[in-house]
Amino acid sequence: MSEQTPPTPAALLGEGQLDPDALEAVLAAPDARFRHDYLEIRGLRVSFDGFVAVDGVDLTVTQGDLRFLIGPNGAGKTTIVDAITGLAAATGSVRFGGVDLLGKPSHRVARAGVGRTFQTASVFDELSVLQNLDIAAGASRRAHTLLRRRSGIPANVEAAMETVGLAHLRDVAAGVLAHGQKQWLEIGMLLVQDARLLLLDEPVAGMSQAEREETGLLLQRIGAQRTVVVVEHDMEFLRSFASSVTVLHQGRVLSEGTVAQVQADPRVVEVYLGTASTPATTAGPTTTAGPTTKEA
Amino acid sequence: MSAVWRSPRARVIVGTGIAAVVLFVLAPSVLSSFRLNLLAKFLCLAMVAVGIGLAWGRGGMLVLGQGVFFGLGGYMMAMHLKLEDAGPGGVPDFMTLYGDGVVPGWWEPFRDPVFTLVAIVVLPTVLAALLGLAVFTRRVRGAYFAILSQALAAAFAILLIGQQKVTGGTNGLNGFRSFFGFDLADPVNKKMLYFIAAGTLLVMVLLARLLMRSRYGELLVAVRDQENRVRFLGYNPAVVKAAAFAVAACFASIGGALFTPIVGIISPADVGVVPSIVFLVGVAIGGRATLLGPVLGAVAVSWAESSLSESFPSFWTYFQGALFIVVVAFLPQGIATLGQVRLRRRVRAQEEESPDEGTPEPPPDEAAAAPGTGEPSTSGRTA
Repeated sequence: MSEQTPPTPAALLGEGQLDPDALEAVLAAPDARFRHDYLEIRGLRVSFDGFVAVDGVDLTVTQGDLRFLIGPNGAGKTTIVDAITGLAAATGSVRFGGVDLLGKPSHRVARAGVGRTFQTASVFDELSVLQNLDIAAGASRRAHTLLRRRSGIPANVEAAMETVGLAHLRDVAAGVLAHGQKQWLEIGMLLVQDARLLLLDEPVAGMSQAEREETGLLLQRIGAQRTVVVVEHDMEFLRSFASSVTVLHQGRVLSEGTVAQVQADPRVVEVYLGTASTPATTAGPTTTAGPTTKEA
Repeated sequence: MSAVWRSPRARVIVGTGIAAVVLFVLAPSVLSSFRLNLLAKFLCLAMVAVGIGLAWGRGGMLVLGQGVFFGLGGYMMAMHLKLEDAGPGGVPDFMTLYGDGVVPGWWEPFRDPVFTLVAIVVLPTVLAALLGLAVFTRRVRGAYFAILSQALAAAFAILLIGQQKVTGGTNGLNGFRSFFGFDLADPVNKKMLYFIAAGTLLVMVLLARLLMRSRYGELLVAVRDQENRVRFLGYNPAVVKAAAFAVAACFASIGGALFTPIVGIISPADVGVVPSIVFLVGVAIGGRATLLGPVLGAVAVSWAESSLSESFPSFWTYFQGALFIVVVAFLPQGIATLGQVRLRRRVRAQEEESPDEGTPEPPPDEAAAAPGTGEPSTSGRTA
């Protein structure tokens, strides 16, 4: 507690190291809890004022899968995540772990075991790392617990803090964390929230290569137990860590399978080559279409 | 001494002690009974400010209509005092003057002092909780919520003015002779009212502190800054906000209830749009997100108002406006954050030495071709 010095950027540099051992403590729950978890999306349709952003998407992700959603800008990746979590109105059906999610308000979706992150890290800037995680852990707290001060640190919060390598920054305001550290904090929040379905929107954007590696391994380990869906543009990252890939294009599923299968799909190549000529598109397309130049 | 000051518990005890000495010993011995009564009035306004600090400073709800709850408390107390003055079964003087001399049915329960006290605490709280739930569930917030609460204050004042037979209209309710059996003309009883107000305010500040430092207080700040994120963690932000709004309403109501006997009148001019805004000014100037900022701001602004308008009657409004502009422009978080701002400026000066806004998303080609180079140094630094 006493080392709460004013955080300078220099003090935060290069100190983030994920701790896979601590993750085991977080994931200690018996795997049987997750056995019947799977995400099943049927005929999902989202339209904004007549513009159809997602048009009849079917998607099944089972527990133990690390599914990547890719596609050019506007393909509907984030919109699907929004629809699952109740942020965008949708028709069709979304079920997870036997619970119908469509039509539920967002906080009920979250209580059904669904956690998500946003493209831009959205942590509580003015609160400390510890407070961020403690809030994430507390959705089921009763009023009398809420009205008291935190006495001691819950075990899952401590373990998550170590997992995402922020234990030494526990009293630092989340707002001053480096970008990658914020992303890790978000993953930590999903862990203490005990999300069984994790929807991650560009979790490694802005991270260094080393940080990407660590994050990928972490997600792989989480994915072995839980259901994880990652929206990502980084093809390098995808090739290294995805266990399966769904390619979206203009609101529809274009292709699905392993990384190799998807890369060999002529339709995928065509879509990406078509968009690759415009420099405004994201990092991914250029490499998917081209031969794999680098392997991590 | 400095070690003692660092422990939160010691700070509360020392702080409460200082406040108690100032309020209960120093002020009564230094101030004339007229000034003491004025201070008592300011303390009532400060109670509203404590609630606003919680709802606005911590919860991000721009409550521009606290006059409604202040007025509810004030009028309920006034109704009781009028009925008490009229004696058992009696009719308040203004009713025989303007009305038909019959006490309306909804006045009757306020003959009972216990009912009145309970109603002052419970009624505005429940009302605010229900209103808050309805409004926040529909995700009304920001300026829309501010306008809504302001409109409520306007409507409340208009309603009071229109119902002269039962509310006293523009004149409001006044001319109270006793307060729960104590003669209000007696200076000793006036002093007692001051002590009640001071004690109540002290308890409220301690309660607010308790709330701010609890897990709920952290959650409230989280809702203020990232409402959606809180929602996706499984909380219902509407409940969190409605709770703070209800507490603010409760504090405002109690402030109004004490204001009535201390000032001797409650009228639509004390509860409408303008007083609702003035409540906010003190809070903004003092520092809305801090514990003591709202209280000190409210007392200081009211004090300045009464002393300045004594010497320059037409000058106060300009001064208030100027003060407000200066604080909002240079210290948006209020005077209480002066120290923090300086600290932050120092940290920012250090930050600016490091490279500016790094690219979270590297340009496509670079990222694909050489993700391992160039990136780490910038991404580690930018926050």
